[in-house]
Amino acid sequence: MGGRMIRVAVVGIGKMGVSHLSIVRAHPDIEVVAICDSAGYVLDVLSKYTGLETFTDFKRMLDTRDLDAVLIATPTASHVPLVREALHRGLHVFCEKPLSMSSGESLELADLARASNAVTQVGYHNRFVGAFQEVKRLLEAETVGQVTHVLAESYGPVVLRTKGNTWRSKRETGGGCLFDYAAHPLDLLTWYFGAPVSVGGTVLGSIFSPETDDEVYSTLRYPSRVSAQLSVNWSDESHRKMTTKMTIWGTKGKIVADRQECQVYLRDTATLPEGYRHGWNVRYTTELTQPVWFYLRGEEYSAQIDYFVRSIQAAANGSPRDQQNSFASAAVTDRVIEMLTAAAAAGDATESAAPAPTAAPRRTLFARRLALTTR
Amino acid sequence: MDRLLFGDNQFFGVNHMSEEKARAQAIRFEDTSAIIDVLDIAYAEGVRTFMCTTHERIAEVCDHVRSNGDRYPGFTFFPCMPYAHKYANAVSEYGMLGALREFVPDEGFINAAMRGSRALATKDIEGLVTLLIDAEMKMFRDLSTPVIFLQNVVVDLLLGLGFDEAFRIFADHVRHRYGAEPGFITMNLPSLLDSLDRAGIANPIVCSNFNKLAFRVSGGIDAYSRALAERQFRPIAMSVFASGAIPAREALEWVHEQPAIESIVFGASSAANIRSTVGLVKEIWDEASVPVLA
Repeated sequence: MGGRMIRVAVVGIGKMGVSHLSIVRAHPDIEVVAICDSAGYVLDVLSKYTGLETFTDFKRMLDTRDLDAVLIATPTASHVPLVREALHRGLHVFCEKPLSMSSGESLELADLARASNAVTQVGYHNRFVGAFQEVKRLLEAETVGQVTHVLAESYGPVVLRTKGNTWRSKRETGGGCLFDYAAHPLDLLTWYFGAPVSVGGTVLGSIFSPETDDEVYSTLRYPSRVSAQLSVNWSDESHRKMTTKMTIWGTKGKIVADRQECQVYLRDTATLPEGYRHGWNVRYTTELTQPVWFYLRGEEYSAQIDYFVRSIQAAANGSPRDQQNSFASAAVTDRVIEMLTAAAAAGDATESAAPAPTAAPRRTLFARRLALTTR
Repeated sequence: MDRLLFGDNQFFGVNHMSEEKARAQAIRFEDTSAIIDVLDIAYAEGVRTFMCTTHERIAEVCDHVRSNGDRYPGFTFFPCMPYAHKYANAVSEYGMLGALREFVPDEGFINAAMRGSRALATKDIEGLVTLLIDAEMKMFRDLSTPVIFLQNVVVDLLLGLGFDEAFRIFADHVRHRYGAEPGFITMNLPSLLDSLDRAGIANPIVCSNFNKLAFRVSGGIDAYSRALAERQFRPIAMSVFASGAIPAREALEWVHEQPAIESIVFGASSAANIRSTVGLVKEIWDEASVPVLA
């Protein structure tokens, strides 16, 4: 591409879209040609104050503007037709997560992208977090030996009462804790362990949302007898913002990682990577994080955009690279989401056949209280 | 501005190193009286400026200082707005426009309501932005707020968007309505200075990371050093200890070698840490020749 600016349009100017727009517009190798959204207000404000050209018709924008890539941050249910259209026109595509609500369609998009030599990327930004990258390095080096179990958690304060009326509050438009929150730890599991063999004991629970889930729990089984437990709740007010944490047990040690730090316990049987010792080790974000040219909310958001830019440049120079967070990889995570949805609907819990034991502590306590109040 | 400003991240579970530590701090400061106890220690050590988020719990600190004014002569707030998470969560819940409607004050002032609805209809963000600023400033009424900051999440979002006009609107409103200097917190100092230039804001107060490790100095430490040497602005350093990654003396001596830096904002939860930081600053900046603290 030899120094030419990459011409990008941002589609969907909501919470993630506006943040992406800020980051891409600050990127020295990107020219934001236009923005597109179906709703007028934010679009009009941006047009008036930032001089960006705006469209409400995606196809008209593609018809009339010369683009290299689009960044799509619309509600999940609209991803497939937009991405398909962009790929048909030979554009590179960055799409917000999850890629789609059907792994079949995600795979179709991945095939389409391969056929058109498009660079594709999905916004699983945790793969650009230094601490989670350190986990990947440690797993590839088998530092904690054979992994037996993983606990993958995400919590945050998104839905705290029965209210709200956006696409995020309905499952059919891609809203809910599974699509929005659980997708992140599930994608980290995909990155670390590949596709699961089975899922079971899945709970998609509603706490406050009438039309979608607010909590997701499941047991996933991966090849090589790795089991994982998923615990995700977006109605947890005790967290200031979303937090994602991975805890990994292996035969030679244990890893605990979140966005801030990577704590590693290594038994004396472990082969030590450089800079590590037996017993506890802590790597903080200050040492794990690579600097970025522009910072908004976290290095990972900028790093993933820069990575997309570098991939497009590499492809233009005839040396495409093995893409991180490609559509093919996101399709695996979409498949896991589908498995969880199906498992939760089927319900695989073993029902209690025998009558409940009479001396169960909770019942006794309840009975006692009842006795007191009726006396 | 004083050499040392006291920050508030530690009170609200913000810790860039550890979520466990952040939670422990949030638990420790669950009662606002615990925050006030720490502020009292800082005050006793000579710290006079509290640079704080417009978090709803700061309103309780404001109430305390207002009703005990005689105990806090010279005590000054540098409000930093907005407390962004409440807006971000509202956007998830209500969408962009719905969230705006949630936060435009509905206290019954016809004037305010008119400003807001007309602003929404005409896409004139000036009315809307000034309403939001006024809503955030309510907790500080009758208190000294000589500098009012826009938080980095908002500053850097606007910076990336190329929304220079918003900085001008903020600066004008803060000056005219509150008689205060506008301040800007950023993680992208070099490019923000260009943007403030374009917005016509001369010699701005800008708070950004400055530390020996170059931790979160986006644009690179060289660009930051050049900005200090060549640009006309009033720098405040934050993250000078890089969340504890740099020993205190080493960190402060490095800042001292950057004479353009006017002030340092630091957070601490213990008397020992506050005393040692104040002591080091007095020693390194040579209190006899430089007025370190008010």
